[in-house]
Amino acid sequence: MSTDVMNDPHDSVHKHEHEDGHDDHGHNDSGPTTVFGFWLYLMTDCILFASVFATYAVLMTATAGSVSGKDIFELDYVLVETFALLFSSITYGFAMIAGQKGSKGGVINWLIVTFIFGAIFIGMEINEFHHLIVEGYGPSTSAFLSAFFALVGMHGLHVTAGLIWMIIMILQVSRQGLTPQVNTRLTCLSLFWHFLDIVWICVFTVVYLLGTL
Amino acid sequence: MIKEKYVGYLKRLWWLAVLPLSGCKWALLDPKGQVGIDAKSLIITATVLMLIVVIPVIVLTLYFAWKYRATNTEAVFMPKWAHSTSIEVVVWLIPCVIIVFLGILTWKTTHHLDPYRPLDHEKTPITVEVVSLDWKWLFIYPEQKIATVNELAFPANTPVNFKITSDTVMNSFFIPQLGSQIYSMAGMETKLHLIANEPGSFAGISANYSGAGFTGMAFTAIATPTDADFDAWVAKVRASSKILDADSYKALAEPSQKHPVEYFSAVRPNLFAAIVHQYMGSKKIPVSDEPAPNEGMKMGEKMDMNHMDMSSHSAAEE
Amino acid sequence: MFGKLTLDAIPFHEPILLFTFAAVALGGLVVVAGLTYFRKWGYLWTEWLTSVDHKKIGVMYITVAIVMLLRGFADAIMMRSQQALATGGAAGYLPPEHYDQIFTAHGTIMIIFMAMPFMIGLMNIAVPLQIGARDVAFPFLNSLSFWLFVSGVILINLSLFVGEFGRTGWVAYPPLSGIAYSPGVGVDYYIWALQLSGIGTTLTGINFLVTVFKMRAPGMKLMQMPIFTWTCTFANILIAASFPILTAALGLLTLDRYLDFHFFTNEAGGNAMMYINLFWAWGHPEVYILVLPAFGVFSEVISTFTGKRLFGYAAMVWASAAITVLGFVVWLHHFFTMGSGANVNAFFGIATMIISIPTGVKLFNWLFTMYRGRLRFTTPVLWTIGFMVTFSIGGMTGVLLAVPGADFVLHNSLFLIAHFHNTIIGGAVFGYLAGFVFWFPKAFGFTLNEKWGKAAFWFWCSGFYVAFMPLYVLGFMGMTRRLNHTDNPEWTPWLYVAFVGAVLILCGILCQLIQLYVSIRDRKQNLDLTGDPWNGHTLEWSTSSPPPFYNFAQLPTVHDIDSFTDMKEKGIAYQRPEKYTAIHMPKNTSAGVFMGGFATVMGFALIWHIWWLAAVGLLGLFASLLSRAFDNDVDYYVQPDEIERIETAHLAHIKQA
Repeated sequence: MSTDVMNDPHDSVHKHEHEDGHDDHGHNDSGPTTVFGFWLYLMTDCILFASVFATYAVLMTATAGSVSGKDIFELDYVLVETFALLFSSITYGFAMIAGQKGSKGGVINWLIVTFIFGAIFIGMEINEFHHLIVEGYGPSTSAFLSAFFALVGMHGLHVTAGLIWMIIMILQVSRQGLTPQVNTRLTCLSLFWHFLDIVWICVFTVVYLLGTL
Repeated sequence: MIKEKYVGYLKRLWWLAVLPLSGCKWALLDPKGQVGIDAKSLIITATVLMLIVVIPVIVLTLYFAWKYRATNTEAVFMPKWAHSTSIEVVVWLIPCVIIVFLGILTWKTTHHLDPYRPLDHEKTPITVEVVSLDWKWLFIYPEQKIATVNELAFPANTPVNFKITSDTVMNSFFIPQLGSQIYSMAGMETKLHLIANEPGSFAGISANYSGAGFTGMAFTAIATPTDADFDAWVAKVRASSKILDADSYKALAEPSQKHPVEYFSAVRPNLFAAIVHQYMGSKKIPVSDEPAPNEGMKMGEKMDMNHMDMSSHSAAEE
Repeated sequence: MFGKLTLDAIPFHEPILLFTFAAVALGGLVVVAGLTYFRKWGYLWTEWLTSVDHKKIGVMYITVAIVMLLRGFADAIMMRSQQALATGGAAGYLPPEHYDQIFTAHGTIMIIFMAMPFMIGLMNIAVPLQIGARDVAFPFLNSLSFWLFVSGVILINLSLFVGEFGRTGWVAYPPLSGIAYSPGVGVDYYIWALQLSGIGTTLTGINFLVTVFKMRAPGMKLMQMPIFTWTCTFANILIAASFPILTAALGLLTLDRYLDFHFFTNEAGGNAMMYINLFWAWGHPEVYILVLPAFGVFSEVISTFTGKRLFGYAAMVWASAAITVLGFVVWLHHFFTMGSGANVNAFFGIATMIISIPTGVKLFNWLFTMYRGRLRFTTPVLWTIGFMVTFSIGGMTGVLLAVPGADFVLHNSLFLIAHFHNTIIGGAVFGYLAGFVFWFPKAFGFTLNEKWGKAAFWFWCSGFYVAFMPLYVLGFMGMTRRLNHTDNPEWTPWLYVAFVGAVLILCGILCQLIQLYVSIRDRKQNLDLTGDPWNGHTLEWSTSSPPPFYNFAQLPTVHDIDSFTDMKEKGIAYQRPEKYTAIHMPKNTSAGVFMGGFATVMGFALIWHIWWLAAVGLLGLFASLLSRAFDNDVDYYVQPDEIERIETAHLAHIKQA
């Protein structure tokens, strides 16, 4: 939930001060303030992930006589998933470049491409979860599987929230154009999206690579 | 009339008079075991050390507040005075020095009073396995092959090695007059080493809230005057008609409040290990009469909590 | 259709609860009727509930905090009376299933729903004014934080009348709090009340960090921020760094309880110790979140009322910084008895002691602030002196508990209870109450009655000692916490004394309510016309009381730590600018109220497993957010003529006074 909350530059207090020329405030306009706030939010999210990572590390070997990571992870599959997410980060970068050039259509198109890559990632993750549960390795099997589903699932929920946010941004760009407010929001989503990418690299390394060693 | 009224009031305050008298009954300040005695002297030393700072702070607070009251126009007034390097150095240094002493004291005593450290004593220790249940304490004597509920006995002046676990939520095993406590946790074995320096019977409690029957989870720890008295106690337990096998254990483990003292003349072998093992990283394996699969291995070594080994659950999987 | 919710969930058979419910319902009716009769609904809605003004949000936070103080205190006096009655084999009047809920609720309410909002309320009122800002960085987010907190408050109070509250202690350690040992909805109430308000708190932390780092008045360097702002900033750093850990711990416990996960269960390899570690990795910083702003209040109060600069400002800031950092490496001292090795225990014990160094320095700095000053014995000063004496003792017992060898016999005993009440009441609460009297005129425009305020202090302070010194003794006597009844004649007299102490504190609370009543009644005589009733040092006193909604007609330029004193000395205070310019302000919004409302619905539905209603709550939450995101009509300009009118009136008041 908290991710969505930040999707809103409610810091309108000082928004137009520069433009209106009566800025007696020493500081800058709202965009950088919002982005700074979003950075702080990402730090708190980082701690949230760190807590769940720590829990996973503790419970990694608590397999309760059931499977361990070695038995269930398919590295090839996850590698494809990983690349889908990595590509989506690159394409988001293209969307931002298009935004700087002021190309509304470019932004929308690249956002759609990003969305598709993100959706592929989520689809593949749901498929993986589905398979595991069908085979009887659901989260209630062991503490290890609980931690696995929680950690990977939490990242997946974040990506899903990002995808919903992306739809909203596509709508806002097409309806409102690249206003300063929309640009700030695009920047925040960009930070969020790259952040999730980095978190996924950690998930991939800690969960999948170390798990299959 | 008025006088009588006041006497009446005073009479109702009888209990105030009891306060100072009860001073000698403060369990922690009247320890009966070496661990408790060491803890008491540690508490006193540390308190005295800290009072070196605390008393001056309190006195100065009241003194400065009084001396520099607004109505006292005699006192010096320096509204812009806000820095003094020498004062700053002193106020950082004093607490630092005290904490250095306290830190050294802490380091030494933490190792000395580590509940996992066997006590130095010439007599061979006796071993008691402790299981917290809802809401009672089960004591298993592996050497004597007996078990009791809510009553614990051992000879005075003999070290007792406790191995502690839980077959329910977390509790804390604590005999205040003998010294340290330690948590009991399912799937884990914690250790505690205590000794009674003199005979007596001491109150034992759970010091960690564990649900509705928690308050009644009390037991008596009896330190017998001699080994012979302890043997007599063991014989008394052995005279019981009850034995603790898988079925009777299951019945015992059901929640009950203010459970009476119970004696069991025989115990299923390795019951304690089986209780620990049922939660060790595997699905719950009920305690059965067949020894648990991995029981052969030395669980204590892997399971002890000495190194904050959070993954200890999995030890039995290898 | 209604999940686990049936009519049985309403405790008709509990006379105490039924009576409470009747009282609350009656009180609610009176309020509703009053609002309707005086036609104040519109005013309440437009001026308060939908407000994004930090001052009003602060007032609302403190209002809720005071209501929750009464609730938490009712729990406290029930506990003390139960323990005083249930001695020598008597059962008392509260059976365990009821009593256990009471101590769980008492702890949860006092920490999360009394102390936190009180602290955040003071921060809301004072911090933006102190740094010369017109509002916080994200005013709507501030409103949302408040309403998320309120949804937690609603849930925890609903648990009184619908279902039950947790019976786990406020720490909710698994496996006891797991579904196997707590199958009822009590723990779920606990989880969702804490989770919702906790997310609100995280957002507050972020909001105020951005405010402080980005919105200081021109010229104000970091090392010129008022000390209260500094301590709040450190508290906010702690919030941002520690509340996500609580969110994670509660989230994992939720998965255990709702979806049969096995993080903290006995079975399937779960590890309850992990919860305990996570909980205290949040829980220990939390106590510094509570106490650091209180330290800030004391610093402001003592330097204001001695008419002096704060002694050792830089040392104060660095001491707070040290406490902030060290606050994160001591959590294990809450469970030495778990059986970690001696090295680990010694490390955490010594780390804890090191915290007492910067804390001791702070005490000395307050001492030397009084030194060569002219101390006016106002109510805030009494709270401060009471704090310095009481907190020294609490700090000492805290260090004692940090010595593992001592903790092995004192852990979980009433000694521990006495210790943390000693620091939380004698530290945090005294600070909030000092801040309450100190900033009350700023928020409302008139000062509080001193006589009743001082009476409240003396009752609170003496009540504290009478209530908690016996608990130290009982701890030494081997009495552990959370006992429903006792059977030790030695303990009985001390339990009586402790009950008397609780009654004294009750008198203190009553004095404060009377103080509020009397002060409001006599407000005309106690108006604060200048906006500077105490001859203050910092910028909040340069505005009118209450400040105009835009705080500063012209942003002040800062040259000194005590910037307002600096202005007064240079004779440039209350200067009229050459011309007023339009001010950009956020519009009020109901989005926060709606989101809080939907969050409450969602939480309630999740507690009772009413899945369709939970979905409604979640969708409503999302829809409110979306409508806010697409709403571009969120701000406006205050025109110069309006500003001129307000400022002229204020300057005229100052001339009068």
